[in-house]
Amino acid sequence: MKFARALATAAGLLLLWQATVTLADLPPYILPTPLAVLGAWIGRADTIASHALVTAVEMILGFGLGAALGIASALAVASFRPMRRWLMPLLVVSQAIPVFAIAPLLVLWFGYGIASKVAMATLIIFFPVAANFLDGLRRTEPGWLDLAHTMTVGRRGAAFRILWHIRVPAALPALASGLRVAAAVAPIGAIVGEWVGSSAGLGFLMLHANARLQIDLMFAALLTLALFALLLYFVVDRSLTALIAWQRETLPSDTATVSLPAPGGVR
Amino acid sequence: MAPGPSVISSIAKSAAVAIDVVDARVVYEGTPLFERLSVRLDAGTTTCLLGPSGVGKSSLLRLLAGLVPLDHGRISAADGAPLAGRVAFMDQRDLLLPWLTAQANVALGARLRGEPIDRVRIASLLAAVGVTPRAEARPAALSGGERQRVALARTLMEDKPIILMDEPFSAVDALTRLKLQDLAAELFAGRTVLVVTHDPLEAIRMGHRILVMTGVPARISASFRLADPMPRDVTAFADLHRELLAELGAGARPSAPAPAVHGARAS
Repeated sequence: MKFARALATAAGLLLLWQATVTLADLPPYILPTPLAVLGAWIGRADTIASHALVTAVEMILGFGLGAALGIASALAVASFRPMRRWLMPLLVVSQAIPVFAIAPLLVLWFGYGIASKVAMATLIIFFPVAANFLDGLRRTEPGWLDLAHTMTVGRRGAAFRILWHIRVPAALPALASGLRVAAAVAPIGAIVGEWVGSSAGLGFLMLHANARLQIDLMFAALLTLALFALLLYFVVDRSLTALIAWQRETLPSDTATVSLPAPGGVR
Repeated sequence: MAPGPSVISSIAKSAAVAIDVVDARVVYEGTPLFERLSVRLDAGTTTCLLGPSGVGKSSLLRLLAGLVPLDHGRISAADGAPLAGRVAFMDQRDLLLPWLTAQANVALGARLRGEPIDRVRIASLLAAVGVTPRAEARPAALSGGERQRVALARTLMEDKPIILMDEPFSAVDALTRLKLQDLAAELFAGRTVLVVTHDPLEAIRMGHRILVMTGVPARISASFRLADPMPRDVTAFADLHRELLAELGAGARPSAPAPAVHGARAS
């Protein structure tokens, strides 16, 4: 049912696309027909695949590095109070400077290869992961912490165990939100990097095709990119949902009723 | 089916300890919740602290649990040793971790202290509270009553001589509450127990002693000693119930003191 709906939406969009081209009589170098794009996709499959592989590697490496860095800094800030003063400004500053603005710098420093794109994707992904996870770590149910406190009074290493056994699992849903956002923005980092300076990747292919008025190829590359972005998002989303299966179970609100026995009416 | 007392408790009755709160003051956000408050919890008995909502009875309990700082006064155990580490705490919310199974929740204290987990003891405690078939279930799959039973098992698992309960059964239906009160009275026998409640019937059912806390800043306005064995048939205490309601500021004062009750109104 869900699949059929998606299929119907896609068919509708394609029809609209075709209708626009036909009715407005657009030349192929402005907007090619869906069929022409499909033709380019099949005809240039080798080219697209080789460039797509580069972009995919950039996205996945950027996602992995950015998520790892984000998780590590959120944990550091949550476990060592003084760290907050050092890391929080850094976190905010990392977002105050638009990644687009430093893209040329990153290319200058890390070269035209894959490293500068991974760096860019990492920078973009780092923030939503760190911010969301930290938020989750700081909002642990106070009752759980009270309970943990009475259970561990005077024990060494208790703070770390409370972090590991209570605060981190409790923050997993928040981390999952961050990772979902990160998966959605991962392609931005890779593509911007490729636009600024590269010799491979879907972003490079699009610029290249655009300059030579191979608009059908450009659209084919764009579609491939969209497909990758969707795939990354769904893989991340599904894995997270499986990982924190308990979260859905807890959502239906507690149905326990609060009722006082009538005075003297208990038998 | 019911395991022997040695499984439930390794604490000898002689280890039960009286607690004195002397001239205590607790300040919350600049306002004193109570001042010059003195309370004695007798060794090995259950004291019910009865009072209207917001009077500060939960703060007194949290004070004993080491969760709020003492502004003035002192808290001491009769044996002279510090209270910290000898207290188990049970909240009105079950505070079960939603990602852990019932038995893993019972093992939480040991896990947070980095101690080996005694699976045999967990199994017998789950049997004692009657949730053995649900040992592998997560809290979301349990009923409100089952969750409080697991919370009871978790509290027993800590095996502390002092037990603090903050309206432990207010979130379950009346019938379940009666069963849980009996169960708690049976399982916690021999320990020094403080039960904070706003329900006079619960106090009559569970307490060897009932303290009524009223006023701003709060003080102990009345105290009663109940001699009958537990679990108690509350219908025999209609007069006391009326008197307690009167103390709480709801209902008329009875003409004659209730039989079998040694009441004392504090000045």
